[in-house]
Amino acid sequence: MSWIELKNIKKTYSGAPAVRELNLKIEDKQFVTLLGPSGCGKTTTLRIIAGLEEPDSGEVIVDGKIFFSREKGIFVPPEKRRLGLIFQSYALWPHMTVRKNISLALEQMHLSKEEIDNIVHEVLEKVQLSEYIDRYPSELSGGQQQRVAVARMIAAKPSIFLMDEPLSNLDAMLRVDMRAELKKLHHDSGATTVYVTHDQVEALTLSDKIAVMNNGVLKQIGTPEEIYKRPEDLFVARFVGSPRINSIEGSLAKKDGRFFFEREEIRTALSEIDDSDMSRLEKLSEGKLIATIRPEDIGVSKTAKPGWLEVVVTSVLPAGSETILTVITKGNVELSLKMNGFTDIKRNDRIWINIDPGKTNYYNEKTGKLILSYFK
Amino acid sequence: MADTPLARSAAFTKLKFQLTRLRYRTDIILSIIFVIVFGFLVLVPLIKIIIVSLTYQSFDMRVIRDMKKLGTFTLYHYKRIFASDFSYAILVKPFINSLLVGFGVTAMAMLLGSLLAWAIVRTDLPWKNFFDSIIVIPYMMPSWVIALAWLIIFKNNRVAGEDGMLKILFGITPPDWFSYGLFPIIICLGLHYYSYSYLLISGALKTVNSELEEAGAIAGLKKWAVLRKITFPIVLPALGSSFVLTFTRSMGTFGTPALLGLPVRFFNIPTQIYASISMRNMGDAYVLALILVVLAGIAIYINSKIVGVRKSFVTMAGKGFKNRMNSLGSWRYPVAIIILLFLFVAFLLPLLLLVWNTFLLLPGDYSISNLTTHFWIGDSDYRIASGEPGIFKNPGIWNGVWNSIRLGVLAALINGFLGLFIGYAVVRNRGTRLSKSLEAISFAPYVFPSIAMGAIYLGMFAKPLGPIPALYGTFSLLVLIVVVKNIPFSSRSGISAMLQIDKSLEESARLQGLPWFKRFRKILFPLTKSGFLSGMILTFITAMRELSLIILLVTPTTRVLTTIIFAYEDQEEVQHANGVTLILITIIIIANFIVRKFFGNKSLMGLKES
Repeated sequence: MSWIELKNIKKTYSGAPAVRELNLKIEDKQFVTLLGPSGCGKTTTLRIIAGLEEPDSGEVIVDGKIFFSREKGIFVPPEKRRLGLIFQSYALWPHMTVRKNISLALEQMHLSKEEIDNIVHEVLEKVQLSEYIDRYPSELSGGQQQRVAVARMIAAKPSIFLMDEPLSNLDAMLRVDMRAELKKLHHDSGATTVYVTHDQVEALTLSDKIAVMNNGVLKQIGTPEEIYKRPEDLFVARFVGSPRINSIEGSLAKKDGRFFFEREEIRTALSEIDDSDMSRLEKLSEGKLIATIRPEDIGVSKTAKPGWLEVVVTSVLPAGSETILTVITKGNVELSLKMNGFTDIKRNDRIWINIDPGKTNYYNEKTGKLILSYFK
Repeated sequence: MADTPLARSAAFTKLKFQLTRLRYRTDIILSIIFVIVFGFLVLVPLIKIIIVSLTYQSFDMRVIRDMKKLGTFTLYHYKRIFASDFSYAILVKPFINSLLVGFGVTAMAMLLGSLLAWAIVRTDLPWKNFFDSIIVIPYMMPSWVIALAWLIIFKNNRVAGEDGMLKILFGITPPDWFSYGLFPIIICLGLHYYSYSYLLISGALKTVNSELEEAGAIAGLKKWAVLRKITFPIVLPALGSSFVLTFTRSMGTFGTPALLGLPVRFFNIPTQIYASISMRNMGDAYVLALILVVLAGIAIYINSKIVGVRKSFVTMAGKGFKNRMNSLGSWRYPVAIIILLFLFVAFLLPLLLLVWNTFLLLPGDYSISNLTTHFWIGDSDYRIASGEPGIFKNPGIWNGVWNSIRLGVLAALINGFLGLFIGYAVVRNRGTRLSKSLEAISFAPYVFPSIAMGAIYLGMFAKPLGPIPALYGTFSLLVLIVVVKNIPFSSRSGISAMLQIDKSLEESARLQGLPWFKRFRKILFPLTKSGFLSGMILTFITAMRELSLIILLVTPTTRVLTTIIFAYEDQEEVQHANGVTLILITIIIIANFIVRKFFGNKSLMGLKES
């Protein structure tokens, strides 16, 4: 059992808030990712869990045991928290061999030489580095160093893994491989894992739950699908997904007893909505609202279709498995579209698109808060 | 309000939290201890100087003749020094002399240093590595070695003792201004201090990527414009630093002005302080010392402004880049030979003269029949040198060798560790007020003129002070003062060593459950070892050649080589003085060699940090 609870965590650096009023609960055996742009407070949050930073107020509780509480006068130092942490730089000790890097902490635990040796071999086997046991970190590649850091962490058998952008120093190919390995590691060990990254793809692939942060505030916590399909506010909607989600400013309208979202020639029907919903929506949106739709959710046709919107292609960016199109409507709204594989559509071609109301979310333009989602 | 049970228990939890937290924050504990201890060792002397300068001293009673006033507040010393008939002799003249020495030495040292640095770093000069390693040797010698050699050559009959070589061999009597006073002081100190400028400027030049200059040339700048607009601004901070360092040091220097200035009553502020202290006129001495403190403070302020600018250039170092050399063309070998000649004059010739001189029975007689080994291995002979036995048979000198080495090694070890601990405490807390005060207070001993600091410690530790027993006359006092005086340098090298270690290396050890002491021993110490060693050899060298700091504190049993040399020179026993100087230099060079040989050859790099 290893669950983590952060209560009302506040932390400022010389007056500038890094984390404000953070409340977060991480369940046992879960893989939770803290996702956000640089400076959003995600690394600070991780370091607060590790004990390397002291919050100004709030409580850190692990397995029901208070690790930090200024109010109650409790501080458990990092060296007593028994957590595992992988740093972005790996933080391997450069003057020690792989063996020594792993065994140093074990020597501290009053284990026999034999036991230590067994553990070192066991963890190195797990990360497939047995033959590198007597190398120095500088003699290993980036990916191998990363695996030594993993081996060093699991050797101490912590029940919680903390990882601070562990893959960001690797090249793109290796990153994909290591992603799979980290997921397997989590699966095999069953350790509760808190993972910090700014890479939304990493977050989506690895996590049980994603906590999106911005400016020291937890914006939303949810499963990858929830985060992707039902972002609670515009920041989350725009931060997750590539290419960036399309957002269209517009207003509510009612015509022939049906409700619409309107922006000049763009008009999408709001499905399953009655008058009372509508008045609630109007109140929530305060008049103006923003519709969002993922690029892959927009239908594309080279020929005119009834009800579809005519647009002009402004750029075509093929990427092998997919092609990203940028188009512009007559009313000067720019949209991104995603098509599978390659296409013969060219710049300045006229194509027709369909903004599927069943894939559209609506936000209050002023507050950026979600007011209506297709994903329940 | 504050007394309600609730508020009291809140205060109690607060305290409990801080205590549990502090148990694991060795950096904060170290900071607090250091700030208190150094504050005591630095601020108490400063306050003491100020108090003494503002009260009547027993020396003044000869003039005042009113014993009741002893120790009471007065501006008497300030009036005497700043506005009395003595002002010109005590303050104005020494002050002007100090400034002249300061400017003269700085100009000469910077000119030599930057020319040598440019030639060695940025041109296709031959034998560069040889030059680069040998050019800093003058740094290892006491600054007054060249002054001793100067006296051998250019001494005239102004003072007692034999004539110089020039008179004896060529019959030329050099004029007073050439033999003593300002001119030789500037030359001798300039030949010593150029090594500082060289180290700083060559370090900066090495970081100038020639691609930056090429980019300037491509952008259409003329050669002179490239130098002025690109190279110069990058080297400017180093030039500024070396100006401030050389100026403050040469202004406050004691040995050379004492040897070359006192015979013609040429005083600078340090020798004037020494003279006042010798007369037990503490009030005057301390006012003068305060003037030096203030001047050094101003210089440091200027330097910190300059170094603040330099930080923005530091990012350029570390990456290997091509450095295209300027071609000297047909001047390559002539320039190299000129540099060789310069090194000969600045370093080898003085040493050779000292060696030769120790083999002369009567100084000044250069005939073969006058050669003797008496001063090295002779037994005591009442007809020669007041019966002083030869250097190798002289228990006083052996005791001095032992004391010097002991002092050097102890100070090096203590300063080495202190430097690392201070570096750790400052770097881990970087940005906090505690860290800033520790950094400032570690740098404070720098502003004390050595001679004045010696005088204060003499007074401060003559009687038991709190838990500290009376230290006067003990060897511990010498170690203490040398350690304190060197803290600015060792803390700076400790800080830069610690800055090079990413804090995640320690943090990962924390999370792995290693307690502080183990983290220090297994991770921080091994990783900072090279900085630690270079800091140590630096302290060793400075401690071995220290004179003005300890000259007032030594007693017959605690004499070290430098004070023995000074005493011999004072008694006109020149051969002994020169011989002991040679032993001192030999020990320093051997020690440096051993450290470089066995602990990697990075150690001399540490010199660049001072």
